[in-house]
Formats: sequence, C-alpha cells, structure tokens
Amino acid sequence: MSALIIDILLWASVAALAVMAWQRGSAVLASSAREGTMDFIAIVPRIALGVIGSGFIAAIIPPEVITGWLGPDSGWAGVLAAVIAGAATPGGPVVGFSIGAVALKSGGGAPQVIAYVIAWALFAFQRLILWEIPFMPARFVWFRAAVSLPFPFLAAAIAMTIGRP
Amino acid sequence: MPDISSNETGPDDDTAADAEAPPRRRRKQLDWPTIVIAVLVAVSAALVYRRDGGPGVWEILQHDFALFGGILPRVLAGCLLGAFIAEILPHEKVARSLGPSSGLKGLLIGAAFGAVLPGGPFTAYPVASALLATGADFGATIALVVSWTLIGYGRAIAWELPIMGTDFTVWRIVISLPLPILAGALGRFVYVRIYPTDVP
Repeated sequence: MSALIIDILLWASVAALAVMAWQRGSAVLASSAREGTMDFIAIVPRIALGVIGSGFIAAIIPPEVITGWLGPDSGWAGVLAAVIAGAATPGGPVVGFSIGAVALKSGGGAPQVIAYVIAWALFAFQRLILWEIPFMPARFVWFRAAVSLPFPFLAAAIAMTIGRP
Repeated sequence: MPDISSNETGPDDDTAADAEAPPRRRRKQLDWPTIVIAVLVAVSAALVYRRDGGPGVWEILQHDFALFGGILPRVLAGCLLGAFIAEILPHEKVARSLGPSSGLKGLLIGAAFGAVLPGGPFTAYPVASALLATGADFGATIALVVSWTLIGYGRAIAWELPIMGTDFTVWRIVISLPLPILAGALGRFVYVRIYPTDVP
C-alpha cells in the first residue's frame, strides 16, 4: 500500500517536472528525457549487481553477528562497537531497525542503540556502494562519509546527557 | 563527476544555448567501487554455495531478481527527476541559494529539502547529484543527504515507527534534528581547506 503511494508520488513528480520542461520547449523536454534515460541505462548494471548480489552478502553476515556487537556493553566502547555494527549491517531498513529493536529489548543501552541507528543511516556500506556511489560523484560520497563520522558519537553524547523520556 | 569548478556559474547559463549543451555529469565507466562490490558478491555467493548448495544460491537469486524488477521503474523515475531538475532549475538561483556562499540559509534549505523529499534512495541521490551539478556546494548537498537519511519522514513512518516504536523514533529524530546542519557546516569548513582552488 505504501509502495503504491510512493510510486504515485514519484511518477506525479516526474510528470509535473516533465510539464515544466515542456513549457520551455519540446526540445528541452526531449533532451532532458534522453539524458535521464541515458543515466538510467548507465546505472542499471551497477544497481543490478548490487541488488542481485546483496542477498548473498546479507546471507553470509547473519543479523545475530551484528546483534552480538550491540550487547549491554555500556559507555564509549559500546558506542564505538555500535557505530561499526551500523556501518557493517547489510540489507535494507527492516534488517537495520530489527537489529536495533532486538538490542534495545535485550538490554542494549539507549545511547548505543541511537548511535547504531544513526551510524546505519549514515554509513551502511551496502547503501553507500549500491546507491550513493552509482548516483553521486565518488569524491562527494567519501567526503560526505568522512564528514559524517563524528555525528553518531555526538548523538550518543546528546542521548547520554538528556536521557530517555 | 560533475564539474563544479568554475564554468557552470556564469550568468548566461540559462540561455537557449544551454539547452543544447547542458552541464553534464560525466557517466562513470567501470570504476573500482563496482569492482569491489563484484568481488564481494562473488565471494559471498561462493560461501553461500559451499554452505547451502545450489538450491540456497537459487533461492536468494530468485528473491533478489524479484526485488530488482520491482525497483527498476523507480530507478528510471529517479533518473528522470534528476535530469529534469538539472534542466529546469536556474543554475544562478541554485548557486545563490545552495552554493558555497549561501551561508546558514543554504544549509537550512538543503536540510528542509532532504526532509521532505519523497521516495527512497532512487530519488534522493539522483536529485542530490543534479543539485550538485547545477551549483549547490558540498555543504548544502551534505545537509540534504544527511537530512534525508536521518529525518526524512518516508523511512521513519514506513519502517522505524512500526519496528522501533513511537517513543524511540520521536526521541531519535529530535536528537537528529541539528545533525544535518552541523554536518553541512562541517563539510563546508573542511571543503574550503582541502580544495581551496574550487571555491570561486
């Protein structure tokens, strides 16, 4: 259901932008549509490799391994382990959030779980390789990842300071 | 890699000539990240084969092919979005509101845009890439990408709320609120020191 809404929103945005391009002349519409299609063709092999291969990577990194790094280990060593675990988590949002939920229920500290979820959102290696690098300039991706490095730790520090509601 | 050095910031970018020779992201050929992932996939597939045999490999392959088929139209939509945005947005305006000298306002615009961007990675990255090619700087683009990934509502509503619960999700998002701006500011601060020649 939500997938359908996403698709409708997505193609409605494409249609709206296509109309705006067309208002500048049909040549503008044609050239940008061709450009987008060429981008698509250029990117498909990479996406294919990533999506079709990601199942294998996920299969050899079982979630239990990641969960093990998110034990009740408190303090900054726990935060560091959580950040590494977040970056190493394969698969999509279901895997990442499920691991976080399991860690929370099995006694993982809240700051560590925050650090894990944020590190996963920022650096999950599979999303970086599969999505960000094909679409963005590689220089930007590495720069973005390096600059983001302090933020899971900052989030954990904020979480430790304000505590859980 | 988009050429963000100097030649896209001229005042005459919006002319008809521009429609014929728009700034283009050079398409990447086989690059080393692709080779790394190919090796990673091959090794993982071999390990799965050794552990589970042919049927195990086949099962994963079927599932991933279905996933790939479902995602393909969205990737096309994302690429078209990126191309149209690169064509429609006046580069002068993008450079002014999201460029290197856009200040805190540019970071806020980037972060706000990232937070409301619909869709998934198949839209966020092509759109971010298009903005980068039309004059946004690394700082504002970082704010956009980090905001999309940390406070974008799509993933939070679809996955985080049901799995992690409302308390945790709201708490996590509140803590994350300042991070896109801080990441963008840090990005700008570091960028001008690493690539001083790129700044106009």
